[in-house]
Amino acid sequence: MHWQIDLFILTLVIVCALAAINVRDLLGAAVLFGAYSFLMCLLWAIMGAVDVAFTEASVGAGVSTVFFVAAVFQTTRRSKD
Amino acid sequence: MEQLLQEIVAKYNYWLYIILMMIGLYAIISKNNLIKKLVGMNIFQTAIILFFISISYKEQATIPIIRNAHGPGHVSPEAIQATAYMNPLPHVLMLTAIVVSVATFGVALAIAVKVYGEYETLEEDEIRTRIREKIK
Amino acid sequence: MKRIGLIVVILCGAVLLYATRDFPAWGDPASPASTHVSPHYIEHALQETEVPNLVTAVLADYRSYDTMFETLVIFGAGVACFLLLRSFGARRREGWYVRHIPTGVVIHFRKRPRIPHSRFFERLDTEWVPHDLIIMTICRILLPFIQLFSLYVVAHGDFSPGGGFQGGVMFGASLVLMAISFDLRTALSRVGERILALLAFLGVVLYGGIGVLCMLLGGEFLDYSELAKILPVHAEEARALGMIGVEVGVGIAVTAVMAVIYVNIASAGRHDEGL
Repeated sequence: MHWQIDLFILTLVIVCALAAINVRDLLGAAVLFGAYSFLMCLLWAIMGAVDVAFTEASVGAGVSTVFFVAAVFQTTRRSKD
Repeated sequence: MEQLLQEIVAKYNYWLYIILMMIGLYAIISKNNLIKKLVGMNIFQTAIILFFISISYKEQATIPIIRNAHGPGHVSPEAIQATAYMNPLPHVLMLTAIVVSVATFGVALAIAVKVYGEYETLEEDEIRTRIREKIK
Repeated sequence: MKRIGLIVVILCGAVLLYATRDFPAWGDPASPASTHVSPHYIEHALQETEVPNLVTAVLADYRSYDTMFETLVIFGAGVACFLLLRSFGARRREGWYVRHIPTGVVIHFRKRPRIPHSRFFERLDTEWVPHDLIIMTICRILLPFIQLFSLYVVAHGDFSPGGGFQGGVMFGASLVLMAISFDLRTALSRVGERILALLAFLGVVLYGGIGVLCMLLGGEFLDYSELAKILPVHAEEARALGMIGVEVGVGIAVTAVMAVIYVNIASAGRHDEGL
């Protein structure tokens, strides 16, 4: 494994996680959460878990983001914290 | 100090999964918005999954799909070495965990939509004041 | 509350960080997780089941009882979403919008209009009016390929990454894409709510049914090698075929549940208008 790529993606994952829970716009949180899931999927593909990475790419980055956006559409975009 | 630094470098994956878990737990405990709490829950889940995938990794091993399994010149069953392939067991457990996590996420969002229909807000403290007003 | 939360989180994190000192080294092949049962799976799965993808072999054969209940959990999530959100009453609304397609004129009705079923009129959503020819055409072209690829992922899961869960989610995503690019009513008129419920049920029953069939043939529950008695293959290939059977069951159930969850969340249970 190339540790530089690994470390770079791990840093991005943490940045995305912090941004997703701190941004005030819930639609932005949905997009950041999708990016987080996709970076996680890359990380697992690097570690050799191809099946898990495939599942995360279709489930975490795909369908759960859509559910999230649908829920935001039905509720509200604003959040106090 | 040098020893500590060496340990961090040797196990940085484990350290980062713990940091992600802390971020998730913090969001669950102290965020006010219900959907933010759900994001925290998902981050927590992916941190656990990252941990499981990390323990399945082996040095000098390839992905858990057997090479040359069928066809001419295929590998003989005795020649397959356990050290040559990653550990498939954590992958299986986590694969199902991911799909179940999206199903539970869907149910949680359904509850959030229902709560919004009832109280017109997703903030925890506002929901609490609305409930108190209703009781009075 | 925030400060207490932060203190609790930092304490938990410190305990966990302390515990990492006793973890095996990174990538150690002799770590406890890789020594007990997983070497048996790696060395004997190909011989016993004829499936090169070890993850599929363990998922659908060695631990298939586990996977069956995971499928049941997903089915339960779909049922929970339906019971939580589905409402059959009409909502208070400010009117109905109908578009005359040849001229593009949108007509607003106060009361529910009687629209003749013709290709000149179409009903529009009140909150969200997407009508984009480019998006609709591209999605119409893309949808069959997405669905074909998802079927390939299910069928080829024994040899490459993939399987029932991934293929099912992708097929469900294609239904969701149809609902987004056209509108919710179009998607529901193609694959209705009852069909989705029936499919989710059918997937779980297919999984359990293969298990019961193995029992009827004289083996244990989900022991696919018994299927060799009714299929013209030997016992190892019968296990591979049994795996494909349960993967198809999982795929059908997951497809239907993803579509049910999306439809219920996107329309808040009313199934008339949505994202």
